[in-house]
Amino acid sequence: MAGGGRAAGALALATLARRALHALLLLIGVSLLSFLLLELAPGDYFSEMRLDPRVSEATVRELRARYGLDRPLPERYLRWLASIARGEMGYSFAYGQPVGPLLWPRVRNTLLLTGTSTALAWMLALPLGAWWATRRRGPADAGLAGLTALLLALPDLVLVLGLLLLAVRTGWLPAGGMVSLGHEQMPWGARMRDVALHLVVPVTALVMGTAPMLVRYVRAGLADALDAPFVRAARAHGLPERRVVFWHALPAAANPLISLFGLSLAGLLSTSLLVEVVVSWPGLGPLLLEAILARDFYLVLGPVLASTLLLAGGNLLADALLLAVDPRIRSDA
Amino acid sequence: MEAEPPLLHVRGLTKTYAGRRRGRPAVPALAGIDLQITSGTDLALVGQSGSGKSTLARCIVRLEEPTSGEIRFEGADLLALRGRRLLAFRERIQLILQDSAAALDPRMSALDIVSEPLDVLGRGGRIDRHRRALELMETVGIPSGWAERRPRELSGGQRQRLAIARALTLAPRLLILDEAFSGLDVSIQAQIAGLLQDLKARHALTYLYISHDLALMGALADEVAIMFEGRIVEHGDVARVFGDPRHAHTRALIAASPRWPGAAAPPAP
Amino acid sequence: MALDGVSLEVSEGEDVGLLGESGCRKTTLLLAILGLLPDSARVVRGTIRFRGRDLLAADEPERRGLRGSRISIILQEPALALNPVRRAGAQVAEIVQAHRGGSGRRCREEALSTLAEVGFSEPGRIYDSYPHELSGGQRQRVVIAQALVCRPALVLADEPTASLDTTAQAELRALLQELQGRLNLSMLLVSHDLGALAAIARRVLVMYAGRLVEAGTPADVFAGPLHPYSRGLLAALPPPPPRAGLWPRRLPTPIAGSPPDPASVPEGCAFEPRCPDRLPACVERAPREEQPAEGRRVRCFKYGG
Repeated sequence: MAGGGRAAGALALATLARRALHALLLLIGVSLLSFLLLELAPGDYFSEMRLDPRVSEATVRELRARYGLDRPLPERYLRWLASIARGEMGYSFAYGQPVGPLLWPRVRNTLLLTGTSTALAWMLALPLGAWWATRRRGPADAGLAGLTALLLALPDLVLVLGLLLLAVRTGWLPAGGMVSLGHEQMPWGARMRDVALHLVVPVTALVMGTAPMLVRYVRAGLADALDAPFVRAARAHGLPERRVVFWHALPAAANPLISLFGLSLAGLLSTSLLVEVVVSWPGLGPLLLEAILARDFYLVLGPVLASTLLLAGGNLLADALLLAVDPRIRSDA
Repeated sequence: MEAEPPLLHVRGLTKTYAGRRRGRPAVPALAGIDLQITSGTDLALVGQSGSGKSTLARCIVRLEEPTSGEIRFEGADLLALRGRRLLAFRERIQLILQDSAAALDPRMSALDIVSEPLDVLGRGGRIDRHRRALELMETVGIPSGWAERRPRELSGGQRQRLAIARALTLAPRLLILDEAFSGLDVSIQAQIAGLLQDLKARHALTYLYISHDLALMGALADEVAIMFEGRIVEHGDVARVFGDPRHAHTRALIAASPRWPGAAAPPAP
Repeated sequence: MALDGVSLEVSEGEDVGLLGESGCRKTTLLLAILGLLPDSARVVRGTIRFRGRDLLAADEPERRGLRGSRISIILQEPALALNPVRRAGAQVAEIVQAHRGGSGRRCREEALSTLAEVGFSEPGRIYDSYPHELSGGQRQRVVIAQALVCRPALVLADEPTASLDTTAQAELRALLQELQGRLNLSMLLVSHDLGALAAIARRVLVMYAGRLVEAGTPADVFAGPLHPYSRGLLAALPPPPPRAGLWPRRLPTPIAGSPPDPASVPEGCAFEPRCPDRLPACVERAPREEQPAEGRRVRCFKYGG
């Protein structure tokens, strides 16, 4: 039956392959739906122009034709798909260039921000949640419960504005943006330090926004696992408490945490939008906001698709991790 | 002379589960079961885990559909029933399971649990239904003062009594008890066994016991059928099967039964 | 009050059985010995001595050192006693690692040899299996391997046969008997399986509502019980086949009522409300321990006091 482990492994791969296919279908579906919804939304990039009396109707029509906005919907969709294959992902009217090259630097900046804050949030939540799970009904228990509740109740906007205010008032940290003036002239080390300083405010805001929920989930999952009979058995065998908690209880509690981790990954491109806009971090968030306000059709679709890609990827990774960690799921797959 | 049809008649019942692991062959849980239960004669189905006895019970009450075969209850073809006729049949065969805590809704009071079948079917007014539920609770030995208690406030034995009371609400003819005694203390097992014998005469019940405990089944049932790997390998009067076991598995089960000094002649009470 | 004046001794190489039903607090006794009582429980009186050492006075690191290596336990429900996401063998090897240290390889070897001792013909395959891939009987044997791997002086067994079916129970009884002989184990076996107690224990103690009510050899207690509770318990058991099926068939005789609520144990004898042989004295005070014969102890006014 243990040799069936190899068969189970093959089965797991097959399951993952199936899920990957579903993810692909998801991407296609989302792209179609977004395309449709954007089209249905009233107005387009050139609507503003039409209000300007200096611009003639004919000019607007000609511009629309030049950018292909008068073509039928299916044709535009297919042309857009083709442009994705070329790496251009459509054309931005506002910037006057293909969307692709506009996206990547922004995606990189956002990932720097969210990657750092997600990693920090998890690194904080796991030990804190584990510690909390072992303290029942003490002052620590009540204290942490209150703190997490408070942080969860505070809107992200309040958190980031508060931090920004602190930075401005004390002058310890830069008040927004990603780089200081003269960044390009700095030596390599100083450049890193510069970015790091700019990261403090937004990362702190994001961590304060996401960590409390993670801590609670870790605690709940671990508290359940610590009550399990096999944990009592492990203690009865004289195993040191640290091993009981981290080698026995935590993996058994991992299931919901892995799913949560997948969601964390999935949100890497989307959850920081508000914070980015407030601190003027040059990420995907401000770009998307601009594009929506300007009705820059293809520039809106770009980030949406990128986010969906990450969502599907995050879920797939969570599925893979679950299969790796829990042997029972492997056998049932 | 017209013979009365057996209460339950199972013929050639087979149940195969499609292989869960793709590529592995299908596993037969039941491989052609032939069984008859006569009204008034209690039958015990004895087998080890994996022998298929619980699958058989679930097929009889149509919780699972057999792959092939026939089940006749009071002469009627059970497997052909649908809709309202199936519901009517469900009143006449009831199932009691091992884990009473899981079988009772933890948020309902004892009275609600026992009157639920009547409530759902809308038989009689509310006061009548409550009265009947209280009567049944007294019959199984739960004092009416406990009507508002929740299942977790009751002991294992009391929960089983409650499950039995609920099963009796619709006046069944056949009661299937699937490992209903496992998990209960020995003295409580004896209490429930005594209760079932009392109820048998008063409510004209027939029992199908399912268990792995050969000794207990021998003391309770009239006939015994031994199951092994989805088949019935021996069937007959308890005295005959125990005194003169013919199949190797029966002999193995008898040999494996726990023995202790003084067991053969139990002490005078 | 969960346990009241329980005194028992297990000598080196001896096996003692504890018979009782749910509510008699036998698991509490075992947990007390290991020092694993929940924080809400306290030992008010009495001592627990292991090879002369006072366990109650010991601090937690000392008790943890003893647990699993000098005193080990086989808990109920093997399906739940093993971590479902870890391989079975690793859960045996880690006990060696925790108490004796050593390389991963050496711990693995010890685990494998113990798995072979408990009757696995392919210890390597079992080592690599996950608990859900094993049958109930196999899991129970893994749990026994966990209890034996550090060669403890005393093994506590809490209802080891309870969750198994008949053939698995018989196999387990045979295994325990064989291990007992080969390894000269001292065991405190808590069970309501009289077959297991008869096969393994040299002395049997009967517990009711947190008190010891009778003691003697299995032959004495099972064939000639003295205490009304023991008599009732034995009468409530169906005799094994073939006796079970032979006429006249005897339906098991129940004991009326149910065990007392641990929160409100009465002044007098705890069994009095259910006892068919009540005497007036039984309500007034709790009976003392009497010794009606050599090696026999019973706590009942019928025998004195």
